[in-house]
Amino acid sequence: MSYTFQFGVLAQYQDQILSGIWLTIKISVLSIILGCAAGIVLASVRSIWGGAVRLLVDAYVEIIRNTPFLVQLFIVYFGLPGLGLRVGADTAALIGMTINLAAYSTEIIRAGTEAIHKSQIEAGEALGFTRFQIYRHVIIVPAIAKVYPALCSQFVLMMLASSICSAISTQELAASAAFIESQTYRSFEIYIAVTLIYLALALALRAVLALIGIWLFGRRIARKTMTALPEVQA
Amino acid sequence: MTLKTFGLDQFGFLLYSLQWTILLTVIALIGGGLLGFAVALARTSQLKPVRIAAASYIQIIQGIPVLMILFLSYYGLSLAGFELPPLIAAGASMTIYASGYLAEIWQGCIQAVPKQQWEASESLAMTRLQQYRYVVLPQAMRISLPPTVGFAVQVVKNTSITSIIGFVELARAGQPINNATFQPFRVFLAVAALYFVVCYPLSQLSRLLERRLHAGSNR
Repeated sequence: MSYTFQFGVLAQYQDQILSGIWLTIKISVLSIILGCAAGIVLASVRSIWGGAVRLLVDAYVEIIRNTPFLVQLFIVYFGLPGLGLRVGADTAALIGMTINLAAYSTEIIRAGTEAIHKSQIEAGEALGFTRFQIYRHVIIVPAIAKVYPALCSQFVLMMLASSICSAISTQELAASAAFIESQTYRSFEIYIAVTLIYLALALALRAVLALIGIWLFGRRIARKTMTALPEVQA
Repeated sequence: MTLKTFGLDQFGFLLYSLQWTILLTVIALIGGGLLGFAVALARTSQLKPVRIAAASYIQIIQGIPVLMILFLSYYGLSLAGFELPPLIAAGASMTIYASGYLAEIWQGCIQAVPKQQWEASESLAMTRLQQYRYVVLPQAMRISLPPTVGFAVQVVKNTSITSIIGFVELARAGQPINNATFQPFRVFLAVAALYFVVCYPLSQLSRLLERRLHAGSNR
């Protein structure tokens, strides 16, 4: 192999890389906040209202979890204009990521609520809690605390999956890499550099989520966050 | 010339390209299974450096996007002088991706086998190899079935990413049809439906296996 690596060329494209990193962080953080909030709401209405609402939420979760993120992005980006909604690539990415993450969060939080023991709820009733209070204090908050590590792994996976948004021309980190590659033909160097940046971002996100975990739920849960298995089970 | 609409012919083309998605999934699961198994064994090794190396491998693969694995192996392999057909490049990257996750899943399953089983087999003077072969792995395999099938769903879905480097599988096949028909909603819904038809039964199977695994236990 007679290839000389030249990482020097990357320095000229610093701005491109930085703006890519910034957009990756922005859409990831926003979709995590929105997707997680939607997941809490959906998991709650599903178990409170039951019936048709439950079926609808379950159908949504199953459809999203059994189709590829890339195809979901295509439907949002190419399909929505057909319905009269024009969305830019960044907005489409954010919508796609939020829709995707909401389904996974709903599923993870649902699993958490179902793991709450019945005696806990009875204890709440015995203390004279209203149904809403029971749901809030006895079911949903402990459930989220329990599944927080799994949720965090899903958030990290989503951040990594944001690279797929480059396929619909969102100018995030992977798209910046593709652009610089097309300008310099230094494909190997740029992709090694960007891969390392993603690795750093993933570690940083895990650390931040662990700190949030300590702040929200205490030390015991946060420790698991750093090493948790991603939610790969169906 | 009139614009084509999304009809049976186009759907047939999608169905045809579904076989590439399935082929790629099978390659990834077999290749990733072999590599992942080796890493899982290394992760539970008695030698600390081997354990650390395996753990780093898992952390790195799980910390980078599948797309970057694809780009790196696609360009990296051609740099090393191999002019590989896209199927091999895509298959190699999906193998690496799957190995990182399968290794972690299986490591967990091996560690889920109670410690007493190790001790009992050791007291029977079994070698380490015999312990794995006759005592630990058969039990770990039973535990590993539901999450492995669940992970297969992720692999099916993530093969769609290979379309970005130009491998023509199901997701890629939707794009020329969309360009020819201008009916993105219908085309990509059909693509999504085909993925769903493959993934949903697998998800349900994983759930069924999970329930069956816990049926006999203390719950």
